[in-house]
Amino acid sequence: MKRLKFAFPLVLVAALVVVLGRGLSLDPRKVDSPLIGKPAPAFSLPTLAGDQPLSHETLAQQVSLLNVWASWCVACRAEHDILVALGKRDDVHLFGLNYKDNADDATQWLRQHGNPYIASAHDLAGLVGIDWGVYGVPETFVIDKRGIVRAKHIGPLTWPYVNQELLPLLRALEAEPS
Amino acid sequence: MKTAVVLCLLLLSLGASAWDDDDERRWRQLNLELRCLVCQNQSIADSHAPLAEDLRAQVRQMIEAGRSDNEIRHYMTERYGDFVLYRPPFKPTTWLLWLGPALMLGVAVLVVARIRRRPTSKPVAGNDEAAVQALLKEVERE
Repeated sequence: MKRLKFAFPLVLVAALVVVLGRGLSLDPRKVDSPLIGKPAPAFSLPTLAGDQPLSHETLAQQVSLLNVWASWCVACRAEHDILVALGKRDDVHLFGLNYKDNADDATQWLRQHGNPYIASAHDLAGLVGIDWGVYGVPETFVIDKRGIVRAKHIGPLTWPYVNQELLPLLRALEAEPS
Repeated sequence: MKTAVVLCLLLLSLGASAWDDDDERRWRQLNLELRCLVCQNQSIADSHAPLAEDLRAQVRQMIEAGRSDNEIRHYMTERYGDFVLYRPPFKPTTWLLWLGPALMLGVAVLVVARIRRRPTSKPVAGNDEAAVQALLKEVERE
């Protein structure tokens, strides 16, 4: 009994160290999206190219990626080569949400760095961004064939994430019945 | 007559859309309760981030549209999760957060009570001067 009493504070401290240590290793900037598992928020916006408006229904026609970007966003430049590579693949359907950006700047940016998107919706006021819970550009959403949001990546895409998580997820979703 | 009707309608519409002190107070309070996700240690009232500006405008619009505080909070958590609230809801994942301080106080009270109950060392019986001197000598010799 005496020994137990001695060990009690030690166990308490050890537990605290584990809990706080785990807290330290979490990234507070990565907030889980409450949208995951829910239908993609409805929207319909003009595209940068000025053709057919882009809507949540367009996204739901296949497994889609929706990448939130802006020409003023420095981190978007960092992930752009990855997006260009993804845009070239037949099994990836990449759409853009141009967030709080000037249409001319955005078009110019795509001309300069390459346009990987099937279409980019132009969200000048950022209201669609609010509906999607966007708080830090770039963000990338995965939408399945039934129009359900299945994953969200916050911050620039990286090759390890794309190869180890994103592409396997897309393959799995592709295999699901529509 | 016509002017009177027009005036009445004008006053009514003013009354319906006017931003009164109560709305202002609610707006400020809600802005203080909502976290800005861009600069996470600031509320949207304090932050100058563009997103915070947009969200303040959104809250204002919703108050103007007659939505209740809870509806506005729900609107925000639907999009940004509970993290957007500086006062998180009481639910299983936050039980420890809300009850933790009371739990710690309880443990502290128990520990203090145990320490106080422990018997203190017994005093030397009587006022035996000789015994004390003998003890002191013993210590000196060592």
